[in-house]
Amino acid sequence: MNILEAIVRLIWLVGAAGFVLGLMRMNSPATARNGNLVSAGGMALAIAAMLVLLAVDKGLSTTAWIIILIGIALGGGLGLYMARNVKMTAMPQLVSLFNAVGGGAAALIAIDDFLRLSGQAGASIPLQTSVPTVLDIVIGSITFSGSLIASGKLMGLKITPSRPVMIPGGQLVTGALALIVAVAAIYLWLGNASVPVMFVILAMALIFGVTMTLPIGGADMPVVISLLNSFTGTAVAMAGFVLDNTVLIIAGALVGASGAILTKLMADAMNRSVINIMVGGFGGGEGTVGAMSGSGGSVREIGVDDAAIQLAYAQSVIVVPGYGLAVAQAQHAVRELAELLESRGVDVKYAIHPVAGRMPGHMNVLLAEANVPYPQLREMEEINPEFDRCDVALVIGANDVTNPAARHPGSPVSGMPILDVDHARSIIVMKRSMGRGYAGIDNELYVNPKTGMLFADAKAGLAELISAVKAL
Amino acid sequence: MNPELLAALTVFVLAILCGFAVISKVPATLHTPLMSGANSIHGIVLVGSMFIAASATDTLSQFLSLVAVAFSTMNVVGGYVVTDRMLQMFRKKPVAPKAADEKAA
Repeated sequence: MNILEAIVRLIWLVGAAGFVLGLMRMNSPATARNGNLVSAGGMALAIAAMLVLLAVDKGLSTTAWIIILIGIALGGGLGLYMARNVKMTAMPQLVSLFNAVGGGAAALIAIDDFLRLSGQAGASIPLQTSVPTVLDIVIGSITFSGSLIASGKLMGLKITPSRPVMIPGGQLVTGALALIVAVAAIYLWLGNASVPVMFVILAMALIFGVTMTLPIGGADMPVVISLLNSFTGTAVAMAGFVLDNTVLIIAGALVGASGAILTKLMADAMNRSVINIMVGGFGGGEGTVGAMSGSGGSVREIGVDDAAIQLAYAQSVIVVPGYGLAVAQAQHAVRELAELLESRGVDVKYAIHPVAGRMPGHMNVLLAEANVPYPQLREMEEINPEFDRCDVALVIGANDVTNPAARHPGSPVSGMPILDVDHARSIIVMKRSMGRGYAGIDNELYVNPKTGMLFADAKAGLAELISAVKAL
Repeated sequence: MNPELLAALTVFVLAILCGFAVISKVPATLHTPLMSGANSIHGIVLVGSMFIAASATDTLSQFLSLVAVAFSTMNVVGGYVVTDRMLQMFRKKPVAPKAADEKAA
């Protein structure tokens, strides 16, 4: 190791420390933005150091310079454009797309390395290289195709509809693909540097990513994206082993661990195991959905004016925003209503369920974009006791996360942590229809005598509410 | 097992544990930015992509490394910019709506 390389390796260490410190500063909204900048600074340092090392030490050829500069210009320009112009509601599919290209790049590194090593005369790749190479190709390719499909599903593209797409003999196909990959991997690990076998692995892993993601419903995509994010991290760590580069190993392992935790947190919030989600289909067996206990209870419908009076003369109101609010793009309308109520002296808070929106924490981002101050956004554990003291709970486009059926056994949502909306003195549910939520069951909250149903699209309904409150 | 591999494995395992420790403290409010932030960190793969670009001699290798560099730069730049856009919206107090709209645009 010459002096330059030693310096570069030390800079990489600084970069890796930047990633860890950056993630640590993401613990609180007050320091999070700074944390992201620390992380970005570490990244810039690490990349610049690599460029210097390559230019000075490895004597970068003109072609290599052109490749690197064109690649950076292309990818950077495209990434910058998309990141600047994406709507906040479309955030999940963009994150998934960036995840796909990251996984793709990791796989390409391993493919290139394998081709180089196998091209040498009498090639025999040692196990310590072939193991991470194959793992990198497998995981990176699954992430690449899987994330693209996930992104397409969230965009609602025709070829990748957001509903679960069942592949005929799905489990069998998936099993067969996994078996082929496993056999081929072992063949390579036995020291056979066969390029065709490597391409078989590549193709099978790409198909596996597709067949794994297609059967999963759009509402489960956040969990899948989070899992695939974790996969990319792992693939990058494997690329680090292939190239013997510590900063790739550290960053990859960090992301692998973070993605794994997030995936588990999300799945826990839905009271489902990650495996259950990956196998796909929720409520597929309609027959198992038990009849609603106390069914036959009648639903009380209320008008906009009635709702406006309740809200305007309340002391405290808790808003429970859900997926429906995000779909209707009604974040700004809800903030306007809240400000109006506050100007009348009403105490307004937001109760955010961990899985509200399309990604863990997505609802917070949407409301923050609508300029809602984050101290008003309360997490489930924190806000639940406050429902007892709250005059009106305003539920907008949220369903399963408010269903009291979760508290007793015998329902598909049993055991899922919910917001204790039914503890409020009065409940207003704004919803387009009596349609069921994602779990496909009736919501006991709606037949609660304290509940008034306000049937409206979130955006239009909120606009009407705002003018009704103003008219009071 | 040679010492380099052992060292690399040690770093790998400790980094995983470090990731668990650091991330399990993050509140649900920040899960989306965190996911996006973590997503940009694995853009470090650009370092690897540049390395294979530097040693590419045949056309296939050069093509693969060009795609790899472009992919990973997109991951890095897009990831950090989009995370920053999300995080700049988290404010303690509301600001004048006009300014916010301009920034979001």
